Amino acid sequence: MSDKIHIKMTVNGKPEEFLAEPRELLIYTLRERLNITGPHIGCETSHCGACTVTIGGKSVKACTMFVAQADGADITTIEGIGGPDDLHPLQTAFKEHHGLQCGYCTPGMITRAAALLEENPNPTEEEIRFGMAGNLCRCTGYQNIVKSILAAAAEINASKEAAQ
Amino acid sequence: MIPAAFDYHRPTDMAGVIALLQEHGDDARVMAGGHSLIPMMKLRMADVPHLIDLQSVSGLGGISIGSENIRIGAMVTQTDIIADDALAKGAPILREAALQIADPQVRNMGTVGGNVANGDPGNDMPGLMQCLDATFSLIGPDGVRDVPARDFYEAAYMTARTDEEVLTAVTIPLPAGGYAYEKQKRKIGDYATAAAAVQIVRDGNICTAASIAMTNLSDTPIYSEAAGAALVGTSVDDAALAAAADAMQGDIDPSEDNRGPVAFKKHVAGVIVRRAITRAWSRA
Ligand SMILES: Cc1cc2nc3c(=O)[nH]c(=O)nc-3n(C[C@H](O)[C@H](O)[C@H](O)COP(=O)(O)OP(=O)(O)OC[C@H]3O[C@@H](n4cnc5c(N)ncnc54)[C@H](O)[C@@H]3O)c2cc1C
Ligand code: FES
Ligand code: FES
Repeated sequence: MSDKIHIKMTVNGKPEEFLAEPRELLIYTLRERLNITGPHIGCETSHCGACTVTIGGKSVKACTMFVAQADGADITTIEGIGGPDDLHPLQTAFKEHHGLQCGYCTPGMITRAAALLEENPNPTEEEIRFGMAGNLCRCTGYQNIVKSILAAAAEINASKEAAQ
Repeated sequence: MIPAAFDYHRPTDMAGVIALLQEHGDDARVMAGGHSLIPMMKLRMADVPHLIDLQSVSGLGGISIGSENIRIGAMVTQTDIIADDALAKGAPILREAALQIADPQVRNMGTVGGNVANGDPGNDMPGLMQCLDATFSLIGPDGVRDVPARDFYEAAYMTARTDEEVLTAVTIPLPAGGYAYEKQKRKIGDYATAAAAVQIVRDGNICTAASIAMTNLSDTPIYSEAAGAALVGTSVDDAALAAAADAMQGDIDPSEDNRGPVAFKKHVAGVIVRRAITRAWSRA
């Protein structure tokens, strides 16, 4: 066994510090060490996107990153995007437009969609499908996920305009 | 899926990387984005007692476009390639190909250096770089050297790079004419069943130069000089397309796997190369 190393990271704005084996996968750090269970493990082989988190503004699959690589990183998970009392417009839209059925893929979907809307605040349906290609859903057939993201984009843009 | 234990190193300069590679020899491996290496380590197909993370090493980033060449640092990601408008103007085939690699999350991590150094016949950038006649810059204990992409690949996961060398950059002569990267895959995010990279130069209605490389149809990428030669001097009509596709078939050597039997792969390769040539010609 290799030695544990000292890791520091920020998760959802909160500084975290601990000792870990470098081979620990970030998804396990989040779920089992930090008890942040929003990001899910679907495939564990970099294919499904259920484990998607945001690091430095970019969507990343947390099952394909060692905790050692994330030393010093600023990480956002679904918990940092919105909670029961302050739903993010994407969360509201997924609820209203039936963007989920079993909900297993949803944390990854919404976390990815939030980064997508930062990259491209006005995506077309095609751009959404392309931008969400790293996230699989076994239930919905994607139609309502796309609808939800379109609705959330419209909502976010409308409230930005209203604020100006 | 827990990989075997390893010691983690995150040097900040190349001297530190080389020193670690020399100290640990076969037991050390560099990691760029980790999106080929980590899956292999999880499957325990790669055993890496000393993992050297390149993320903090200075001098491996950046895309610069000169009057004759484009230089892309090894740690430039596929997302960086797609986002760079000047690059998309100078060598549009790079963006077209990068958009067909994996998915957004993987492209945020996967690097150009990792993609070309990996040596997996499924990777898209090696064939692309052969089409563009790129040169790979390597640095090792004995200094730096340049290896043409067309001479770099020896067999699956075997390249001209030695264990103590690191790939620092890819240099591409500014491409001329029309381009196309065509890839047949089972689903978005999949490796190619067959892919073709084509650059074509046109003078009036005559093709004056053509470069064609194929992906995932042998244990290395295949630069098909004969396929390109079959187009030169023609008006890229049906007969020329057939001749180029025939020549390409003589150079590839696909094997059967879960993407299909040999006959199917040859068929797809023929379809894809014709599509790529036709599209590149229409843009030339
Ligand atoms: C779900 C999924 C789908 C994918 N689909 C595709 C696809 O369609 N097409 C495609 O081309 N790729 C695909 N990939 C692979 C992806 O593009 C990889 O990221 C890429 O092949 C390797 O880049 P990396 O930076 O992640 O390299 P790493 O995984 O870090 O490294 C790969 C290998 O290269 C070596 N290496 C890395 N950098 C250097 C360097 N600078 N010098 C010397 N050696 C180096 C490493 O030691 C290792 O052996 C996919 C990956 C996944 C997970
Ligand atoms: S669990 Fe990470 S991509 Fe599926
Ligand atoms: S809602 Fe069940 S997997 Fe997407």
